[in-house]
Amino acid sequence: MDQFIKKKIIEVKKGDQSAFSDVVSFYQDKIYQHCYRMLGNKHEAEDIAQEAFIRAYVNIDSFDESRKFSTWLYRIATNLTIDRMRKRKPDFHLDAEVKGTEGLDMYSQLASTERLPGEEVESRELQRYIHHEISQLPSKYRSIIMLRYLEEFSLKEISEILDVPLGTVKTRIHRGREALRKRLRHV
Amino acid sequence: MSCNKEYIKKMHDYLDGDISAEEESLLRRHLEDCEDCQKHFHELHRTIALIKSAERMEAPVGFTENVMNKLPTEKKSVKYKRWFKHHPILVAAAIFFLLMIGSLSSTFNQGTDQLVVSAQEELVVDGDTVIVPEGVTVSGDVYVKNGDLLVLGTVDGNVTLFNGELLDGESELEGGGLMASAGGVNGELETVDQTFEWIWYHIKNFFKGLFAF
Repeated sequence: MDQFIKKKIIEVKKGDQSAFSDVVSFYQDKIYQHCYRMLGNKHEAEDIAQEAFIRAYVNIDSFDESRKFSTWLYRIATNLTIDRMRKRKPDFHLDAEVKGTEGLDMYSQLASTERLPGEEVESRELQRYIHHEISQLPSKYRSIIMLRYLEEFSLKEISEILDVPLGTVKTRIHRGREALRKRLRHV
Repeated sequence: MSCNKEYIKKMHDYLDGDISAEEESLLRRHLEDCEDCQKHFHELHRTIALIKSAERMEAPVGFTENVMNKLPTEKKSVKYKRWFKHHPILVAAAIFFLLMIGSLSSTFNQGTDQLVVSAQEELVVDGDTVIVPEGVTVSGDVYVKNGDLLVLGTVDGNVTLFNGELLDGESELEGGGLMASAGGVNGELETVDQTFEWIWYHIKNFFKGLFAF
């Protein structure tokens, strides 16, 4: 599939607009989903996802073919969602409590005697609930958690997509996991 | 909070595949002993499994079309290129035609200044004029390009003239003055003067050759 996308990108670079439609149909679900999880609003998600593809097309010449196209595309989409959120409302109410503490104050209250249900998650209700819990995370953790576990990027790729140092990605994924652990512990 | 934060950090490093073998065995040993940490570790694992099972969604219907409609228009040259790609036979025909014209005009131009005569020994060349001497019979087709032909004798075959003309025996030989017998051509006489006719002649020959089979 990578090879297919690579070929299409070369065609688009040569100016063949129609080749881009294959690229869009291949990534549309992933990018739309990513935008939706970031923004939590279907209308905005569609808007931003479209914008991401249009920007990718317009700036295709600046894409370095030796790198992964998906990383580049996600980076555009992520930046657009972050811009949109900034315009909408500030989103750092949850960050405040971890600031300057290396995030370790999140690792509290370990004890819990409740029984854990099985590993399989089948019901749609539960899937929705999980989605909701993810959407409640501060955006800087949410983006990383999503990229890591839903889009399956490596930490290195995530650091490229978000343009933050690898160390920061690690810290944030730790915090994000801990925060979600607390939220999902009772599921 | 009963355990060292160190171990929780190790758990995360482990989950990121970012832990040394030494540290990993340290963590394992600790997990065997510490129930709280074991539980914490299990919850983290489970959290990841839960995240992965989150609702998947699809882009709205017509998403790709909407994007494509919003793209800036492409360059014209590319449009042509794609058209070419989709009509290979037309393109091949056009290229063939161009090459044919090109090769014809190049053979035409090759000898614009040069006199070209078919190889019969009997023909005499005098400047730009080719002469079939009196009393001589030239057998085979005579071909003259960029020169005039004066037939005093007989040509036993077809005569083809390019960019030249068949000279009138009387007027040409004012000096000699005694030309009584006019030359004869026992075959077709064809005079070609212009580029277009030259091409036409070649095309005709080409098809003649084709149908000769």
